[in-house]
Amino acid sequence: MMAAQARSILLGGIAAITATMPSLAFASKEGGGTMPQFDASTFPSQLFWLTVSLVVFFIIMRNNALPKIEEALETRRRKIDDDLDRASAHREEAEAAMAAYENALAEAAEQAKAIHREVAQEIAESATVRRTALAAKLAEDTKAAEARITAAKAPALANLQDVVIEVVQEAAAKLAGLKVSSTDAKAAVAASQKEKA
Amino acid sequence: MASPLQQFEIHPIVPIHIGGIDLSITNSALWMGISVATASVFLAFGARRRALVPGRWQVMAEMSYEFIANMLRDNVGDAGRRFFPYIFTLFMFILFGNLLGLVPGAFTYTSHIAVTLALAMTVFVAVTIVGIVKHGLHFFTFFVPSGVPALMMPLMIPIEIISYLSRPVSLSIRLFANMMAGHTMMKVFAGFVVPLGAATFGIGGLAPIAMDVALTGFELLVAFLQAYVFTVLTCLYLNDALHLH
Repeated sequence: MMAAQARSILLGGIAAITATMPSLAFASKEGGGTMPQFDASTFPSQLFWLTVSLVVFFIIMRNNALPKIEEALETRRRKIDDDLDRASAHREEAEAAMAAYENALAEAAEQAKAIHREVAQEIAESATVRRTALAAKLAEDTKAAEARITAAKAPALANLQDVVIEVVQEAAAKLAGLKVSSTDAKAAVAASQKEKA
Repeated sequence: MASPLQQFEIHPIVPIHIGGIDLSITNSALWMGISVATASVFLAFGARRRALVPGRWQVMAEMSYEFIANMLRDNVGDAGRRFFPYIFTLFMFILFGNLLGLVPGAFTYTSHIAVTLALAMTVFVAVTIVGIVKHGLHFFTFFVPSGVPALMMPLMIPIEIISYLSRPVSLSIRLFANMMAGHTMMKVFAGFVVPLGAATFGIGGLAPIAMDVALTGFELLVAFLQAYVFTVLTCLYLNDALHLH
């Protein structure tokens, strides 16, 4: 119902337009003749060839031109996407290489520090050992020397006693003309030593 | 002086009569053929190499493709992809008809109401069928505006229906009238060149020539614009049919 009404309105509208426009055109123009657009005798030919050319054009477009253009666009889009993917893969690779390099560098620095520490420790250790050894040797030498001194001191002291007694005997003889026996002299020396001490 | 409307006359070139119907190959049919051939060569040969880095020709073919593809996507969305080949064909057919019609001596088949109305009716019928196939009887709710009081319905529904039915009329008359007016105006000014020149020792003829030069530029714009308007409206109608309101 609605469609029928619609069609009648549409046809009425078209009819009104087609009916009035030629007369307007005719009225505005001297020299006669209507607008060629409203010459209904040309309509079948126009519509027929319009249909033919539009259908042919549509088929050429749909089956030939559009797929080609689409393919070109699609190929390009895919190529660009691939290139972008590859570029980002390369970048990741480069970043990984950079990280590995930095790692290696840090490791090497660490290693160098460790070696340095080790060597320094070794050197310090060996120095300590040598110093200790030297100190021990020196102490030993000192002790040996002291022993030797002690060993030499007693005979020297004994010797000195004899010399003193002899000096006392000689002095007594020279000064007082006394002949002092060695036993007396020895006792006198010992007594004077005790006094002094 | 020839009438400015003489350029719209249709002459048979190869008379063909089948069953009493005149199907002659006319100047109109000839220029439809020339348009189809030119556009096909332009598009099919332009993209024949499918080069990764396109040449000038291929760029133009690709730009045409993307122009219509974007128009369809913006106005209809993904649901419109199926109709792309027809929308593209329609645009190119009208565009080449308009542009080639500007070649001096050429015939502009888009300046004929029979052609533009047929194109518009194809769109109208196709869009209505798409709407009914997609939505069934629900499609007719398209004519019931939402948010209108029930009292107004007896007035609003006929208005909606009339506005829907007048779409092919406005679509076809816009294109036909624009093409016809432009060509008539150019011819009117061209007609002034010789009489004015004869009356003023040739100097006066320069003004209408300058006017025609300007009009030619303007008509190039109109040729493109009208093809664009026809196609964009087709997209909008298609969108209405696919998505209703």
